[in-house]
Amino acid sequence: MGKTLAEKILSENSGSDAHAGDIIIARVDLAFLQDGTGPLALRQLEESGLEQIANPERVVLFLDHAAPSPSLELANDHIILRQFARKSGAQLYDVGEGVCHQLVVESYANPGEVIIGADSHTVTAGALGAFATGMGSTDVAIAIALGRTWLRVPESFNVAVSGGFTKGVYAKDLALHLIGRLGADGATYKSLEFSGEAIANMSMTGRFTLANMAVEAGAKTGLFPTDEVTRAYLESRGRSALFRSLRPDPDAKYERAIAIDASSLEPMVSKPHAVDNIALARELTGTKIAQVFIGTCTNGRLDDLAVAAAILSGKRCHPKTRLLVAPASREVLREAISAGYIQTLLEAGAVLLPPGCGPCVGVHQGVLGDGEACLSTANRNFRGRMGNPEAHIYLGSPATAAASAIAGEITDPRELV
Amino acid sequence: MKLKGVVHKYGANVDTDAIIPARYLNVSEPGELAGHCMEGIDGEFLSRVKPDDIIVATTNFGCGSSREHAPIAIKAVGISCVIAQSFARIFFRNAINIGLPLFECAQADEIEQGDELEVALEKGEISDITRNKVFKAEPYPDFMLQIISTGGLIEYTRKKIEARGSQ
Repeated sequence: MGKTLAEKILSENSGSDAHAGDIIIARVDLAFLQDGTGPLALRQLEESGLEQIANPERVVLFLDHAAPSPSLELANDHIILRQFARKSGAQLYDVGEGVCHQLVVESYANPGEVIIGADSHTVTAGALGAFATGMGSTDVAIAIALGRTWLRVPESFNVAVSGGFTKGVYAKDLALHLIGRLGADGATYKSLEFSGEAIANMSMTGRFTLANMAVEAGAKTGLFPTDEVTRAYLESRGRSALFRSLRPDPDAKYERAIAIDASSLEPMVSKPHAVDNIALARELTGTKIAQVFIGTCTNGRLDDLAVAAAILSGKRCHPKTRLLVAPASREVLREAISAGYIQTLLEAGAVLLPPGCGPCVGVHQGVLGDGEACLSTANRNFRGRMGNPEAHIYLGSPATAAASAIAGEITDPRELV
Repeated sequence: MKLKGVVHKYGANVDTDAIIPARYLNVSEPGELAGHCMEGIDGEFLSRVKPDDIIVATTNFGCGSSREHAPIAIKAVGISCVIAQSFARIFFRNAINIGLPLFECAQADEIEQGDELEVALEKGEISDITRNKVFKAEPYPDFMLQIISTGGLIEYTRKKIEARGSQ
């Protein structure tokens, strides 16, 4: 019987003939923690009495969720992670290096690997054909110690995307459309496997966005076959030797098939307080926006900043709207400076935040006030997510964010691109 | 083992930001986390909850972030188990790993706020004493039952390694 991408990767990893529903012990090729979930994981590790870590080269700690620290408690948490890295030999990415998921794809993730991170958006690396999934602190602690974890091989949905995107419509709009269609738990425990013409023609930036949001439908992972786009990306990262061709078998068994025509999509927005609560951007015209945030592991990459800069070039943010920009990594920031995007954004009135998670998770840098609405390029708009349960979060693409910053209200970006 | 308590009932998609907002992630003391449990969704919960009470919800309980602080806060506030029609997968693993029993039960929506329940852990049998009904929960795979009965993944791993060392 043919295998899905998930079955192929997990069979090879575990040296067994793995099919959906099987429970396997997987070798963990990369395990990582961030500053929100890391201190708890390290306490668990200490408690377990497991002192050695399996592979320090492939254990990575990131200070990104509250970085630079806004409080003494979080600053002390950062010290715990730094001390652990020094003692154990694990890799550390300190304040200002960027969001864990961006740094993982820039420097670590490769096709066919099993990656676990103590963060739900670990799924991002699925864009490179890695079986990447989020777990909690204890699971990752044990994987750090033993280099292994248990996994149930997931059933898969085939998401076939035909056609091409029209101007002003992006991978983010596809992601929101898909989640709206599946529902917030429509793919719980499943692997979302992407295929079709629109996927083959999609840049790595778009693939990262789409894989990143797989978890918003409950999925365990969001997997892409590898191709020349994957190869070129790995080559640009100095990892061309680690490219390998990965495709599902033609007779792979999928639990469900979802067909989407990319050319029929329009700019989408998620309304408060659920990601699957979607609408067309043009249906929300008139919704006043106090803060626009461009960044995160979903949409803080160079191409995302390029799209925003092109729209904001020579324009100004609406006087009642503040625009916050946080590049996803130090490298994205450097490249965006070289390309002139940062200059353009600053001239339009943007506030530049350090590479990292920015205001996405509501612990620093841009907590919303009571009754305020934010249009964010992030992946989650739960009540209270950005630090205030009395605020409203809308999600959209960088283009929708930039257009809305100019108008001061939710705006279909096709009016401006 | 029997768990017995009064129901706190919620709907679909109770997310981890509702269970424990990210601004408390630097709190490590379970008792202190308990002091903010369900703060984002139910301001009355803390004044109502009693030891051994049970949380019941419909679908996708615990969706969102991977924060293990969510099941820790629920366990620390004294909740004996959570029953839902479905759970988000990271929350499910996290709860098992820290020793908070969860039950997936298709009829969880028939249980109401304030009902008194008795749950037989190994059999996965839920008795609604108030309504005089019995519901069946999905059984756990064996190794997961072992993790729960050992008190969580850390204990379980430690015991396994000790056993290997003594062979």
